[in-house]
Amino acid sequence: MADPMKIRAQMVGDKVEVRVLMAHEMETGLRRDPSGNGGYIGAWFIQNVTATCNGRTVLSAEWGTAVSKNPFLSFRFTGGKPGDKVQVTWTDNHGDKRTDETTIAAA
Amino acid sequence: MQSGRRNMLKGSGGAAVLGLAAMAGLFRPGSAWAQQGGWNQQAFETKSLQDAVKALGGQQPTQSADIAITSPDIAENGAVVPFTIASRIPQTQNIAILIEKNPNILAANFSIPNGTEPWVNTRVKMAETSKVYALVKAGDGKFYYASKEVKVTLGGCGG
Repeated sequence: MADPMKIRAQMVGDKVEVRVLMAHEMETGLRRDPSGNGGYIGAWFIQNVTATCNGRTVLSAEWGTAVSKNPFLSFRFTGGKPGDKVQVTWTDNHGDKRTDETTIAAA
Repeated sequence: MQSGRRNMLKGSGGAAVLGLAAMAGLFRPGSAWAQQGGWNQQAFETKSLQDAVKALGGQQPTQSADIAITSPDIAENGAVVPFTIASRIPQTQNIAILIEKNPNILAANFSIPNGTEPWVNTRVKMAETSKVYALVKAGDGKFYYASKEVKVTLGGCGG
């Protein structure tokens, strides 16, 4: 199981700003295997990310291999208030999945 | 299967080995990436802005001044280049980040539902100095883009 995400959700004016830091290798599949047997390190990266606030989808994303290792993502949405739950889920190309949630903090 | 191909490569000439190895490297991801539901594999394998837009279901994209790309002009480390994309196009549905000289042009595609600001901030890898496109799909199904040149002093494809 992958390491937990760090999620912060905070009111900025009437919007909620969400910042997510995920723990993932994000291997492109184009990198040489350092063991020197001529192979490549297999691609291993997050493909889908979904963020919900109290069950309502506030952002979804499809990612390729070009997203950096330990991906950072930040976005803003309206309609949230302090105390609401923000949940973020990612799925990688191995089918591994991780969901973490946080509570919206006041400004 | 992989080792068999390597052995075959070892048996052939030097330049041909390099060329074939490069090709093998390019084609490998296609077979190795498991198809997930809701992941547009076709779009992530495209090499040009036009092809990416087509794979995302659009026609010719239009250049727009209403998309702002915020990023460093010179990125010291291509492995982590921060980008903020903001769109002022009404009913922005999708924001995508495309890096022209990466092995595959499409880096990320965000869906912006109603109520979410057309503003995303993330970090991507860049293989080399390249033009970066921010592509926006509006509510009318049209695609708009803005571009910016970002210099990379150390590529993000090391190893």
